[in-house]
Amino acid sequence: MGWAIALHGGAGDIPRSMPPERREPREAALRHCLQIGVDAIKAGRSPLDVVELVVRELEDNPHFNAGKGSVLTSNGTVEMEACIMDGNTKKCGAVSGISTVKNAISVARLVMEKTPHIYLGFDGAEAFAREQNYSVPRVLYCSSKLLRASSWLIPPREYWGMETVDSSHFITPENIERLKQAKAANRVQIDYTQPIPKAEEETSLPNGDSQIGTVGCVVVDGYGNLAAATSTGEAIIRATVARDVAALMEYKGLSLKDAATYVIEECTPERTAGLIAVSATGEVTMPFNTVGMFRACATEDGDSEVAIWHDEPCD
Amino acid sequence: MGGWAIAVHGGAGVDPNLPNERQEEAKQLLTRCLNLGISALRSSLSAIDVVELVVRELESDPLFNSGRGSALTEKGTVEMEASIMDGPGRRCGAVSGVTTVRNPISLARLVMDKSPHSYLAFSGAEEFAKQHGVEMVDNDFFITEDNIGMLKLAKEANSILDSNIRAGILRCSGGEADPNERPPNQRYAPETVGCVVVDSQGRCAAATSTGGLMNKMVGRIGDSPLIGAGTYACDLCGVSCTGEGEAIIRGTLARDVAALMEYKELSLQEAVDYVIKRLDDGKAGLIAVSSKGEVAYGFNSVGMFRGCATEDGFMEVGIWE
Repeated sequence: MGWAIALHGGAGDIPRSMPPERREPREAALRHCLQIGVDAIKAGRSPLDVVELVVRELEDNPHFNAGKGSVLTSNGTVEMEACIMDGNTKKCGAVSGISTVKNAISVARLVMEKTPHIYLGFDGAEAFAREQNYSVPRVLYCSSKLLRASSWLIPPREYWGMETVDSSHFITPENIERLKQAKAANRVQIDYTQPIPKAEEETSLPNGDSQIGTVGCVVVDGYGNLAAATSTGEAIIRATVARDVAALMEYKGLSLKDAATYVIEECTPERTAGLIAVSATGEVTMPFNTVGMFRACATEDGDSEVAIWHDEPCD
Repeated sequence: MGGWAIAVHGGAGVDPNLPNERQEEAKQLLTRCLNLGISALRSSLSAIDVVELVVRELESDPLFNSGRGSALTEKGTVEMEASIMDGPGRRCGAVSGVTTVRNPISLARLVMDKSPHSYLAFSGAEEFAKQHGVEMVDNDFFITEDNIGMLKLAKEANSILDSNIRAGILRCSGGEADPNERPPNQRYAPETVGCVVVDSQGRCAAATSTGGLMNKMVGRIGDSPLIGAGTYACDLCGVSCTGEGEAIIRGTLARDVAALMEYKELSLQEAVDYVIKRLDDGKAGLIAVSSKGEVAYGFNSVGMFRGCATEDGFMEVGIWE
């Protein structure tokens, strides 16, 4: 038993030849977010608070495809989506088509807590976010150094902020360039970690398989309470990946690890998916069938890992 | 077994005081749609074509809550959503926030067949529809007198309700109404429509379409367009759900029927019964077919408008238990 946490920053054909200047900031981000999560767990925050906190941090980081750094639509705009679920109550919240709220995951949580609905999209979601005005200057949100020093400094949720910004906040030069390349190749870019391949003869529409490169976090506390959050694909929809892990455990009696492995290996086409999962008994697993997946995890008994590829954890 | 099978539904959760004429109208519509599907099956149309055809018919008729006759948002407008799934290959398509497309289910099919994605919503979906020359109409086209009346009632009671509730069964929200607090879902949302089919080749398909909850928040997305929740089809079966959207989403209802068949090796009817029994405090219903030509349905609500038929001549249309 004991608590466990895992988080990811996307799975894809992440090239091992990735230069250090691209690899290092991402590894550092994973480490940073893991630490924030672990500190929050140790400070006694609920799993729901922890996953929201960690995903907010991932959204604010421009290196991942969520929040700032989100990939662009064909119109050059940003349309973000997120969802969150509480394992115990099975309550959930989701949003799509967010373009001016800094943290889509927080809107998703508010949909869950403040509306009779589960899922709001586009204008309706934006209008709802604006109605929820608790916004406090970010200066009150402490750095992780301080968090480690005195965990009582983790501010209450009201101070996390529902900031709205101009949509240009989310757009990075890197992604503007990617969009240009994608348009030139007339492709929907599947894997944002890769340069766009040259356009071959396209016989049919580009196949927009799983939108690889979202971010997510899952947590279980020492009492077996679970929560999961994702901020930002087709293979995943078709195979109802997240539910299937649970269904295999429930209906076939598989362990967390076996269920997650099964889903990745048997239920999704090769090179399309990855997932992170925790169980009520404190286990954690992070399988993927792509070349790599930006990920990190930690458990109460002291194990921790930050990694990108299959056999080469980076610390 | 083997052979084709088809089931249709017009929503779970029926007003027990529904006047007889309405019950008759509903049964006639269900029968007409079943027959439409049956002749299509006899002409060897594939399952995916049949479910689209039948749901289009249900959308066009103002009786149920989809297409024309859709429930209204809190602003008095119509926002429709739909999803469709083809068992072989588990291809799927869905749309939400559709306001000017005459048949949302056909737009969902177009998303599946003609876009690189599975799900489009709001202005993006409408834009896509325009690009493909899909039949567009004004939002007014979908609004009926009946529903304008229902919305008024809902607002007076400050609640979100299904379009089948008539005056007198409304609960007021109580004295201290917090203006920031959203009215609770008062009742389940019936009258979503759906169709599931297995053709004589054993291919399953499912389709669901709805206008959503009366007096819902603008932008609210329910279970009907969500693959795995309101709709699912795979090699083993095709499922379409209706009822309290939130309960269906949380329980990934449609997917669970298939998962039980796949992982626990339950039969179609066993899986349907299991899933319905497990609905915690939500009210819902579903229709399902299996690749073996079986048809099944289940609901824990008061009534579900439904009809089913199989190749060996079985046919049934019903509302109550």
